[in-house]
Amino acid sequence: MCGAPSQDLDLSGVDLAKEAVIAGIVSRGSDPVAGAYVRLLDSSGEFTAEVPTSATGQFRFFAAPGTWTVRALAPKAEPVDRLVVVEGIGSVARVDVSVG
Amino acid sequence: MSRETALVDADWVEAHLNDPKVVLVEVDEDTGAYDKNHIRTAVRIDWKKDLQDPVRRDFVDRAGFEKLLSERGIANDDTVVLYGGNNNWFAAYAYWYFKLYGHQDVRLLDGGRKKWELESRELSTDAVSRPATQYTAQDPDTSIRAFRDEVIAAIGSKNLVDVRSPDEFTGKISAPAHLPQEQAQVRGHIPSAKNIPWSKAANDDGTFKADGELRSIYTGAGVDLDAKDTIAYCRIGERSAHTWFVLHELLGQQNVKNYDGSWTEYGSLVGVPVETGTGEA
Repeated sequence: MCGAPSQDLDLSGVDLAKEAVIAGIVSRGSDPVAGAYVRLLDSSGEFTAEVPTSATGQFRFFAAPGTWTVRALAPKAEPVDRLVVVEGIGSVARVDVSVG
Repeated sequence: MSRETALVDADWVEAHLNDPKVVLVEVDEDTGAYDKNHIRTAVRIDWKKDLQDPVRRDFVDRAGFEKLLSERGIANDDTVVLYGGNNNWFAAYAYWYFKLYGHQDVRLLDGGRKKWELESRELSTDAVSRPATQYTAQDPDTSIRAFRDEVIAAIGSKNLVDVRSPDEFTGKISAPAHLPQEQAQVRGHIPSAKNIPWSKAANDDGTFKADGELRSIYTGAGVDLDAKDTIAYCRIGERSAHTWFVLHELLGQQNVKNYDGSWTEYGSLVGVPVETGTGEA
């Protein structure tokens, strides 16, 4: 889940010397879901941020090292939670979410 | 003010889509969202281009607001329904702004754009235009807008509600996690402020929580809603407009102000006290 950025994630404009990133793709079956809402919750479950997914289903957050929960909301699907660990500045924690 | 006069749901909006006296207005942080699609009859207000002075850091003046609403085809006796992305942050900001200039009947669409999308309701790409009006605004109502000097004077006496995320409050970061880090000179919060993130007032789908639950969120965090006046702030005043809406419009609290200068102003002032950490000794 953590490690080098995958080729299909667009991280253009991100300065990995300064940021730790949580990023991934929301999909339904084999199709990316555009316009889903992805919420980032901290280790106590507190809301931290929310972004809509791009046309290719991608989302991205800048986050501090630690344990986070990514929650995906999409039309006609139950919310899906995924736990993700951010190791440090310069790392990209990849978390893909499949919704019903 | 109350939930009945300040908030409408999506079914109400759908039933009033063709009502000529109901004007839907989309206000987003991502001002391109409207171009992608919007509720079929909604016009757009750009919170930056339309609502901020192009030179100074301040609102457009009364004449500017009259010109804007006249161009958008909004009349004084229209019911204005605001909605937008980001859990209605900027729609709530516009709501507060409409109230500041004295618009009588303004409401928020509960859940905003997110809930509308998650319910797969109709969105359109068609251009929307309304015949121009002659809108007359009131002088700004500063009983709902706080300025820096009264914020400094409120330290230790009024309720100061900091609605940013816990990491912004303690000074770990200086902007929300989905934005590049930027802005004020220093990090932290105004001494004696209570940290009640705006998000505590909203459900996952962006709708507001029930009144009883809302009240206990603030009182439980040490905000004295019975005896003290309240000032809410965040980074640039949009998330705190959301909390102002909760306290003043949904819960009917008197004497609640939004400090739109917020942390980007306060955190750059010379000589003012700043606290870091949780603020709890």
